[in-house]
Amino acid sequence: MSAVLLEARGIGKRFGGVQALKDVSLTIKSGEIYGLIGPNGAGKTTLFNVFTGLYPRDDGEVLFGGSPLHLESPHEVAAAGIARTFQNIRLFGNMTARENVMVGRHVRTRAGVVGAMLRTRAERTEETAIRRRADELLHYVGIADRADDLARHLSYGDQRRLEIARALATEPKLLALDEPAAGMNATETAGLRDLIEGLRRDGLTVLLIEHDVKLVLGLCDRVAVLDYGQKIAEDVPEAVRANPKVIEAYLGTSAH
Amino acid sequence: MDILLQQIINGLTTGSVYAVVALGYTMVYGVIQLINFAHGEVVMIGAMVAFSIITSLAGSGMPPLAIVLAGVMAAIPACMAIGYLLERAAYRPLRHAPRLAPLITAIGMSIILQHAALLIWGRNPLAFPQIIENPSFSIGSAAISAVQITIILLSLLMMAGLSWFVYRTRFGIAIRATAENVHVASLMGINANRVIAATFVIGAGLGAVAGVMYGSYYGIAHYTMGFTLGLKAFSAAVLGGIGNIAGAMLGGLLLGLVEALGTGYIGDFSDLCRWPGASEGMGWMGERCADGAHFVVFGSNYQDVFAFLMLILVLVFRPSGLLGERVSERA
Amino acid sequence: MGMLKDMGHREKIGLALIAVALMALPFVLASAGTAWVRIMNFAVLFVLLSLGLNIVVGFAGLLDLGYVAFYAVGAYVYALLASPHFGLHLPFWVILPIGAAVACVAGVILGAPTLRLRGDYLAIVTLGFGEIVRIFMNNLSNPINITNGPKGINRIDSFQIGPVNFAGSDTLAGLVFSGPIKYYYFLMLVLLAVIVINRRLQDSRIGRAWVAIREDEVAAKASGINTRNIKLLAFAMGASFGGIAGGMFAAMQTFVSPESFVLNESIMILAMVVLGGMGNIWGVIAGAVLLSFVPELLRYTVEPVQMALFGKMLVDPEVLRMLVFGLALVLTMRFRPAGLWPETRHRRELSENRA
Ligand SMILES: Nc1ncnc2c1ncn2[C@@H]1O[C@H](COP(=O)(O)OP(=O)(O)OP(=O)(O)O)[C@@H](O)[C@H]1O
Ligand SMILES: [Mg+2]
Repeated sequence: MSAVLLEARGIGKRFGGVQALKDVSLTIKSGEIYGLIGPNGAGKTTLFNVFTGLYPRDDGEVLFGGSPLHLESPHEVAAAGIARTFQNIRLFGNMTARENVMVGRHVRTRAGVVGAMLRTRAERTEETAIRRRADELLHYVGIADRADDLARHLSYGDQRRLEIARALATEPKLLALDEPAAGMNATETAGLRDLIEGLRRDGLTVLLIEHDVKLVLGLCDRVAVLDYGQKIAEDVPEAVRANPKVIEAYLGTSAH
Repeated sequence: MDILLQQIINGLTTGSVYAVVALGYTMVYGVIQLINFAHGEVVMIGAMVAFSIITSLAGSGMPPLAIVLAGVMAAIPACMAIGYLLERAAYRPLRHAPRLAPLITAIGMSIILQHAALLIWGRNPLAFPQIIENPSFSIGSAAISAVQITIILLSLLMMAGLSWFVYRTRFGIAIRATAENVHVASLMGINANRVIAATFVIGAGLGAVAGVMYGSYYGIAHYTMGFTLGLKAFSAAVLGGIGNIAGAMLGGLLLGLVEALGTGYIGDFSDLCRWPGASEGMGWMGERCADGAHFVVFGSNYQDVFAFLMLILVLVFRPSGLLGERVSERA
Repeated sequence: MGMLKDMGHREKIGLALIAVALMALPFVLASAGTAWVRIMNFAVLFVLLSLGLNIVVGFAGLLDLGYVAFYAVGAYVYALLASPHFGLHLPFWVILPIGAAVACVAGVILGAPTLRLRGDYLAIVTLGFGEIVRIFMNNLSNPINITNGPKGINRIDSFQIGPVNFAGSDTLAGLVFSGPIKYYYFLMLVLLAVIVINRRLQDSRIGRAWVAIREDEVAAKASGINTRNIKLLAFAMGASFGGIAGGMFAAMQTFVSPESFVLNESIMILAMVVLGGMGNIWGVIAGAVLLSFVPELLRYTVEPVQMALFGKMLVDPEVLRMLVFGLALVLTMRFRPAGLWPETRHRRELSENRA
């Protein structure tokens, strides 16, 4: 298949006594939708936080497009081409939907304080482009009509979409979604599924954490399973579903 | 006189006061992560109330010790009431507001308390009546006064008492559980509001005693004394690891020592004429330093800078303090 | 100016009327006494300070409790470079930028190590910094006399533009332009510039990054914002504004001393920003004007009332003033956390689209 986009090697992370991640290695190929599943508390979100530089890791390294990621600084990770959404939506509540997406353009634009104070021609051109791109993205995720509403006034489903639009605004190579379907109804989930399919068609690589098994198995090319911070399986969806270790991990926790 | 030993004694005395005040900051912070900025003013009011009681009883013929005790006993409930009111009226309504809101409120309350005190006790420094004899004892070539001994012992006693309370009593366990996780504590049947109010009240009670100690040590009370004292005690709490009771004590004592030693020696250290090579040659410096003259860059009037510098350095290099554990914010 | 293009006809007429009123204001005030022009000038100065602090607190959400330190730096830079103290008499248009630059450097020195701290720690550190600066101003008279200690620096030069000196009066077209009136117009020019700069910053890439950090720092980081640098930028910008205001203060007063730069001043400026509405330029201006006139209001009401009732002053208006500021902070946080005139990004966006 195609080239490796992201390769994680031996990632370890502990919180006090909790070993949240232990020696996790995985590879994500360009253009695929890669699923990450596992019981509650398995370490999925923590892995996201390590990939995006929000948590300092204890062990391991991440190669992105062949070169090591500077995980100590989240903005450099974003600049390198990884964008994410959050499990518990984190928008800029008192900014409009459009402004939220415009913030996402920050890393691909350059106007500084002086340009802004003098309103130079370059600054104005860039500002127009930022605005246009934001509107395109809002349209793309299907909430163009909410552009001028404050983010905190959007419905739950729209907030999820807005977060995706903001992430897309950074022009990522890899888009990491943390439980995007959580709390969505069936219609909203179907819409989200179409959206992710569309992203794949447009050539984006997607890393997807999701509890909705149907969604994961239907969408993903490959799936990794985390349990107690360790990767216990990584395969195509059908094989993962049949894997006895995976079944045990899920049954084991649901029995409690 | 042995300057080093003397500075250590003085440092331990002020350090004990800082430590007791720091306990107030650390308890509240440990439970609700709020910097109760008005705590310093509570301490000041403790000193003021005690001052009023002591001066009004001074001529009454009561035994001096009883008068001082009456002052302390009046200051404690007064401060506890203010601590309770602060929590109830100012902070509790903001418990779910953005982080900066309670801090801004705290600053507002601090200004209000300070100027209320100004209205009541006036603008001028009040001389704390010295009604008890204060004999000095000599240790080697240094001296320690009865007031100093009392302050140090009383502080240790209060710290021990607080530790016992927090670690050995049912209510103390409730406080620690709430500090660990308010939600879980509530689920287990702990009345979080009561616990939070209690930390304010206890901190204020300790602060009242600290205020009296400070007043009798320096012999003076002033409506602005709470500001610097509070800021220093907060620095002490941060130095030790905020939220940590043992840390507050350690931080307080350390800060007291650093301040006393720093103030005692900075003049010598920053006297350029004492630096090697200063007096011989080097043109202009040589002239200035001729005949054993001094060229002191930082004198003892920089005393207050030490605490703030230390605060900044600790926060920059070890924000969790000496005894605190590193806590990461959840992403 | 870009701002004008976005406005409707009615707004333009309103703006023109306000401009005319502001032009005429000093003469109206002067007829009641030059003291009133001076009071107005200080109100404008505080508006400038509030707008500077608003960048830090309102836009970027960083609670700076030592803002007055930068004001002090600007004032002392002016005092040292334009007074007999060192015998230097540089022109004001050279000193003001220097003051801004020095204050900016001070802001960076303070901000660089501390800006990764959590918000409430940062607040306390800035508070400590403000105190340190004041202690240094008080003591840097020994062994070399730099600041002249608590006595402060006297006989500072007034502004001078060509033959026009801001210390004295000039008559032009039958109108008497007293010193304070000249400063008033100068302040108004600076204020206009600062408002335009603030508005432009707010609607820029950097301004959005500030607000994003204020709203959710983690999400801002993940969205590719170098939060440390952007926060530092806010700090530096705010400090520069403070430095410029400080320079003008020194010239207007012709005297500076550490007394003018105590914590209470920082609190007052903060109260102006908070009361008016953090982040909203017009709200901040309104808050600053409102609170600037509180002392005068108290002086003209509380004093006579007390004299009439008790025959003596029981409560010093200065004390009342601080009580009012304290209460303003507490009550605003409790009942209108977004201020009296909150930031209305939402509505602004809508109205701009319509026009
Ligand atoms: N900031 C933190 N501090 C301490 N422990 C943490 C922190 N973040 C996560 N943990 C712990 O790490 C473990 C993994 O948590 P994580 O959130 O990564 O799980 P998850 O797989 O995303 O679960 P879920 O499906 O519920 O979202 C858990 O035990 C959790 O309590
Ligand atoms: Mg998770």
